[in-house]
Amino acid sequence: MTAAAAKSTAHSIVEASPRSRAVAGSLVILYAVITLLPMVWIVATAFKSQSDAIAYPPKVLFEPTLEGYVNLFTVRTRQTADFIAKLPPPSTWYDVIVRKHDMVIAGPSKVVPRFVNSLIIGFGSTFLAVFLGTLAAYAFSRFRIPLADDLLFFILSTRMMPPVAVAIPIYLMYRQLNLTDTRLGMILLYTAVNVSLAVWLLKGFIDEIPREYEEAALVDGYTRLQALRKVVLPQAVTGIAATAIFCLIFSWNEYAFAVLLTSGEAQTMPPFIPFIIGEGGQDWPAVAAATTLFVVPIVLFTVLLRKHLLRGITFGAVRK
Amino acid sequence: MADVILRNVSKRFGSVEAVRELSLAVNDGEFLVLLGPSGAGKTTTLRLITGLERPDAGSVMINGRDVTQDPPGSRDIAFVFQQYSLYPHLTVFDNLAFPLRSPARRVPEPVIRKRVEQTAELLHIAGKLNNRATRLSGGEMQRVAIGRALVRDPSIYLMDEPLSSLDAKLRAELRLELKRIQLEVGATILYVTHDQVEAMTMASRIGVVKDGRLLQVGTPREIYEAPSCSYVASRLGTPQINLLPASLMSDIPLPRGTQTVGIRTEHLQIAARNGGRLIGRVSRVEHLGEQNHVHLDYRGQMLVTLADPHQPLMSGQEVEMRLTNPLYFDAAGQRLDAML
Repeated sequence: MTAAAAKSTAHSIVEASPRSRAVAGSLVILYAVITLLPMVWIVATAFKSQSDAIAYPPKVLFEPTLEGYVNLFTVRTRQTADFIAKLPPPSTWYDVIVRKHDMVIAGPSKVVPRFVNSLIIGFGSTFLAVFLGTLAAYAFSRFRIPLADDLLFFILSTRMMPPVAVAIPIYLMYRQLNLTDTRLGMILLYTAVNVSLAVWLLKGFIDEIPREYEEAALVDGYTRLQALRKVVLPQAVTGIAATAIFCLIFSWNEYAFAVLLTSGEAQTMPPFIPFIIGEGGQDWPAVAAATTLFVVPIVLFTVLLRKHLLRGITFGAVRK
Repeated sequence: MADVILRNVSKRFGSVEAVRELSLAVNDGEFLVLLGPSGAGKTTTLRLITGLERPDAGSVMINGRDVTQDPPGSRDIAFVFQQYSLYPHLTVFDNLAFPLRSPARRVPEPVIRKRVEQTAELLHIAGKLNNRATRLSGGEMQRVAIGRALVRDPSIYLMDEPLSSLDAKLRAELRLELKRIQLEVGATILYVTHDQVEAMTMASRIGVVKDGRLLQVGTPREIYEAPSCSYVASRLGTPQINLLPASLMSDIPLPRGTQTVGIRTEHLQIAARNGGRLIGRVSRVEHLGEQNHVHLDYRGQMLVTLADPHQPLMSGQEVEMRLTNPLYFDAAGQRLDAML
C-alpha cells in the first residue's frame, strides 16, 4: 500500500493514484478528440476548394483557399472568358479568387442579414425567457400559490410535445396574427418554448437560496423587488447563467419552426445554411464556412459565462 | 429605544398552533430572553413581531403604535437570524452597510462609513471590513451578523438563537460580549434560545415558552427559585430538577394536594445513615473534577444530586437523604406554596 493510500483511509474521499489519474486523463482526452473531430473537419472543409471538399478518399492535407468564405458572402455570375478579359484588372483579393472560375461578383449574399436574424432572435428570446422565468420561478419558490404543483406541471407539459405536433396550429395562428416570417414572431415562439425550461431550472436554484437572506433585507426596509435585485439575483447568477446557455443553445439551433415559419425577412441561420447552393449542387466549403461562423457566438457566450458556471461549487456563507 | 407589547397573539400553520394567545411586554432597555424547546413557537413569536408573519388574532404594539398590519420594513426592528444572515456576494463592510443603504432609509454614505466602523470596533472585527463574508471564521460571521443589527438604532433588536451554530467556547465568549454591548448601547433586546445558560447569564428577564404558550415571565432568579410549574422548574438547573411522585414521600410532611415533589441538587443533601427516614441507594457516581454527580435509587426512582468529590461514596451504599425547601407541585403541575 502506498503512503498516500494509507493516509487516506480515514476519509471517505480517497486520493487518486497516479495511474488512475493517467487513465482518467487519457479517457477525457480521447473523448475530447472524438467530440472535437467533426468540428475540426468542418473548420478544415471551409478552407478547401470545391473539388477537395468532395474528394474521395477525403483529403487531410490540402491547399487552403478562402473560396468557401468568399462564396458564402457573395452572389456571383458566370461570364464568358472574353467578357472577363475586357474587364479592368481585379481590384481586391476576392475578385481574384472569383475570376479564376470565370465568375464576377454580382453582390453580397444573404448570410449577414440571416446571421443578424439569428443573433436578434436567439439572444432576444433567451433574455425574455430568462427574465420571465426568473420572476416566475421566484414566485413559485417563495409565495403560497394555489395549485402551484399543477401549474408547474402544466408549464413543463408545454415542452413535452415534439414541434411537429404543434406545427400546424402554430402556423395557422401565426398567419392570422401576421407573425409569420417576423423576428418578433420567432422571439415570442422561442421564448414560449424556453420559458418552461427556465422556470424549472431557476426554481431549483432559487429554492436553494435561504429565505432568510431576503427576509433580512425586508426587515431592513427594502421592498420585495429591491430584495430580489440586491440579494436573490446576485446569488442566483450561477443558475441564471446556466439557464441562459441552455435557452440560447435551443433557440440558436432550432430548425423545425424556423423552416416552417421563416423564409425571407426573419430567416435564421439553421434553415439558411443547408441551402447554400453553388454550381452543380451544394457548395460544401461555403456551407462549412457558414457552420464555423454559426458556432462562434455560442462558444463565446459559454466561455463568457464559464466563470459563473464553475462558481457555484464553493458557494454560501454558512458553516454547518 | 422603546417597548414592545404583544396582546393575545395567535398564529397557526395548517393544523399546528405555533403561538397561542401569547401576551408579552418587553420594556425599554431590557434584555428579555424567550426560553423554550425547539418547536415551542419562539421563532414564530419573533417573526410575528417583525411582520414576516401576520398573526391570526391579537395585536403587536411597538412604541405605543399598533403595527399589526405594517410591513416589516416600517416597524423599526433589527433582526439577527440564526443562520444565513450574511450575504456571500458582499464584503464585510457592505454586509454591515446593507441595512443602512436601504432605499427607505437614505443614510448619506459618510454617515454609513462612520456607523459601520464604530460597529466593527465594538465587535472587534474592524480589521476584517474588506474581507469577503465567506472568508470569516464562524465566530466572526456571527459577530458580523449581530453587527448588521447594531449599525441601526432600531426600537428593538430581535435575535433568533444567534449563537446556536457556534462551538461552546465561542458561544461563551460572545455571550459575554453581547451582554457587554447591550449594556453599553442600552439596547432593548428580545432574544430567543433553547440554551438555559444563555438565558440565565444574559437576561434581565426570562420568559419560558412551551407549545406556543408563555408559561412564566420573571427575572432569572425568580424563574429558578419560584417556578410557576414543574415544566418551568425542569427548564433551568443542571443537573435537571428531580421530580418525584409525592406518594413515595409519605414519610415527610407535604402541603395539601402535592402530587409531585421537585428536588434540585441544592435541596438534597446526602449523609451516612443516621436514623433518618429517607434512605436511598447510590447506584452510580460520576466524577466531574470539582464535583461528583451522584445517582441515587430511591424506591425505584432515580435521583441525581451533587456531592463533594472527597465524600467517600460507593455504588450500592445506602445513604440518608435530607431535603431542604424542595418545591411542591399539584396534580396540574402548578407549584404549591410551601407550608410555613
